Amino acid sequence: MSSASPAPTLPVSLAANPKLSSWVKLNVEGRVAISPGKVEIGQGIVTALAQIAADELDVDIGRVEMIRASTAASPNEGVTSGSLSVQQSGRALRHACAEVRQRFLVAASERLGVDASLLDIHDGTISGPGNVRTSYWELAGDVSLDHDANAGATAKIVAKRTVAGHSVQRVDIPDKVFARPRFIHDCPLPDLLHGRVLRPDTSGAKLIALDETATRAVPGLVAIVRDGGFSGVVADSEAAAEAALKALRRGATWSAGEPLPDEADLAGFLKSQPIETTVIDTRMAATTGKPTRTLRRHYTRPYIAHASIAPSCAMAQWDGDHVHVWTHSQGVYLLRADLAIVLKLPAENIVVEHIEGAGCYGHNAADDVALDAALLANAAGGRPVRVQWSRHDEMSHAPFGAAMAIEIEADLDADNEIVGWRHAIWSNGHAARPGRAAQPALLAATEIATPYPRMISTNPPAANGGGGDRNSVPIYDLPAWTITSHRLLTMPVRTSALRTLGGQGNVFAIEALLDEIAALRGEDPIAFRLRHLRDERAKEVIRAAARRAQWKPQKKSGIGHGVGFARYKNTGAYCAAIAEIEGTDDIRVKRLTLAVDVGEAVNPDGVINQIEGGAIQATSWVLKERVRFDRTRITSTSWTDYPILTFSEVPAVDVEIIQRPEIEPVGAGEAAHGPVTAAIANAVYDCLGVRVRDLPITRDKIIAAMELAS
Amino acid sequence: MPTIQFQLNGTAAAVDTDPDQTLLDVLRGRLGVTGPHFGCGAGECGACHVMVGDRAMASCDMPMWSVADKDVVTVEGLGTAAQPHPLQRALIAEQAMQCGYCVSGILIGAAALLKRNPSPTEAEVRNALDRNLCRCGSHNRMVRAVLRAASEMAAS
Repeated sequence: MSSASPAPTLPVSLAANPKLSSWVKLNVEGRVAISPGKVEIGQGIVTALAQIAADELDVDIGRVEMIRASTAASPNEGVTSGSLSVQQSGRALRHACAEVRQRFLVAASERLGVDASLLDIHDGTISGPGNVRTSYWELAGDVSLDHDANAGATAKIVAKRTVAGHSVQRVDIPDKVFARPRFIHDCPLPDLLHGRVLRPDTSGAKLIALDETATRAVPGLVAIVRDGGFSGVVADSEAAAEAALKALRRGATWSAGEPLPDEADLAGFLKSQPIETTVIDTRMAATTGKPTRTLRRHYTRPYIAHASIAPSCAMAQWDGDHVHVWTHSQGVYLLRADLAIVLKLPAENIVVEHIEGAGCYGHNAADDVALDAALLANAAGGRPVRVQWSRHDEMSHAPFGAAMAIEIEADLDADNEIVGWRHAIWSNGHAARPGRAAQPALLAATEIATPYPRMISTNPPAANGGGGDRNSVPIYDLPAWTITSHRLLTMPVRTSALRTLGGQGNVFAIEALLDEIAALRGEDPIAFRLRHLRDERAKEVIRAAARRAQWKPQKKSGIGHGVGFARYKNTGAYCAAIAEIEGTDDIRVKRLTLAVDVGEAVNPDGVINQIEGGAIQATSWVLKERVRFDRTRITSTSWTDYPILTFSEVPAVDVEIIQRPEIEPVGAGEAAHGPVTAAIANAVYDCLGVRVRDLPITRDKIIAAMELAS
Repeated sequence: MPTIQFQLNGTAAAVDTDPDQTLLDVLRGRLGVTGPHFGCGAGECGACHVMVGDRAMASCDMPMWSVADKDVVTVEGLGTAAQPHPLQRALIAEQAMQCGYCVSGILIGAAALLKRNPSPTEAEVRNALDRNLCRCGSHNRMVRAVLRAASEMAAS
């Protein structure tokens, strides 16, 4: 009897885009062009992918040119999100480059008359015994890569990698330091015009009348565009476009709009809406311990803004019934699909090309402004139009991360051991991305004369990590649980994907309650966690963070320490965080110590940079951030009203990577948010003796929690 | 329209402009100097900072009339790849950014600080950069880069 090993399969992105030449091109001038379908959004992915390609091809990374994604030529890898780029694009490129290398070795073997197994490749030069040599560049004209990838190709063994696994400098940083145009905001096209879009202050208000007289008199005006409730201006300079928009605003009459929830009672709002309920997971205990008491705890997190430093921007240019769009969208093909619906064009009439924007933390207004640009450019007589949102619109019309109310009931036995666990989430969906439905998700699509309904956000399936329910299933070995997600069917505040989706809220709730139960038992919170984990990688990151933070430092008045842990999506990166805070009622996070396991860290410094950034951003969310609104409009529309962490407030961040080069890499961008949130909340308890369960943890919330406790 | 003259990155510049137009508009529009970035338009984020004398100032709400005869330096005036400013070298050495959109303003804020105070403490660096927002969380790397540049400049 023979045991057949499973047939090799292609990495998922390569299976979807099998042609080798769509990923890799080598040319006679000694250059290597690599075309991933994933895009740079400030996370350094382009460098990590260049490393993987350089390693597998045995070329210096300086020869590698990373091609920006475009629907004209790039492989379709969906959306750059979910910390999946190194997993999906990286694996595809590793496989594709390994096969390309093999094909060139075969061609070199034929040319040189030397067995391929005797040939070596060094920076693209192929050499063998007797000093025979050729190169990729000499063979480039003869070796066709217009072939589908072969599942049987094998990448190098770990020990042979010389670039991946090392902290190579990022390829995009010199441009940014020397201000060489790289951002979409800085890339002028010839004959460029500037557009601005008129949007209401009042939430859900519709444009019902527009007096254009004053706007027509603005010098530099090229066109006023009106399509139902969508309206904007095109002018020959940014200043003229701003002046025209100001005039247009004065001529606008709006409908009353739609009421917003009571910001002071988010949980009450979230729990009173029509919902769709899904049981995410249940676990039945084989033998149930006898519950003697039940802890019932409520946690909330507010709406959170993306708040990129740059407002969203796009350019578009029409040529007859074809349009070219330049965008910092996370998914060029997905955006194209929505543009095709709204513009009523076949997709092949639209080219969507990526150019970097500022840091992207999820589904922001990048896609919205791309449609704005396409609509305004249609009135520009074939000239390109660049549209940039205002800070105000960025902070009020872009989707937000969804507010969440989370309730956990923990049944405890006489020893305060957990015997039952019920976790319920009330939240809007965490994704309303373009390109995935018969209806477009773009803002202007809801404003034009024949409008589409506003897309109510939904949740990705559990197999993709879920949405509101992300990280809600305990990674701990509890004897029984029921996890339930209630998704709102109304959406007065627009929500979509923001880093971790529901993960930050759920990890906060779970880790805070575990901390509370450990304290009830008088057990060290780290020992308690380790006792409930079976996964050795999970235990190791917790132990590593504990060692590094010298857990548990001696108790000092006015100082607190707390721990938080999660494996992102329960399938991605492991991350443990320990927070040190100081304060009485106004707290300050002094230090965050983190350990992380992403499997193979392709660029260790890049991973550390992502973890540091995630930890600092999470600290900002926890201490300062919530979208503010009254019953008619979003009011946190400037940096004064939506403050984020400043340089003086940023904690020291210390990161340890547990390198596991033999394990497939996963992304690092979202691993830290949940654990850091929980670690800070737990440190607040350690310091002040109160549990703040309502984010953000501000002075007012601490005082309220103290009053509740006394 | 009046002609407003000023020094831009060490070279004389003269622009016929509405005196109320902002410096950022003139730099990015007419002059094609795209290092200073638009972030908020209200002087709150620092992405558009330029150096006027030895001070980092927001150019997004700075009217052109106030720029007359002033010495303005943008990130383009700090250095080039061939002749980098120590701060630019240090930012690369520390890999001190994620998206980098705020970096041109940070470089200007740090350069102005080092002009006034060539050997700042870490707290002084943080304090000086409090007028610059970074959303990606690269603050600590940037602070390390500024301190590295300061010690390099002191040693040379």
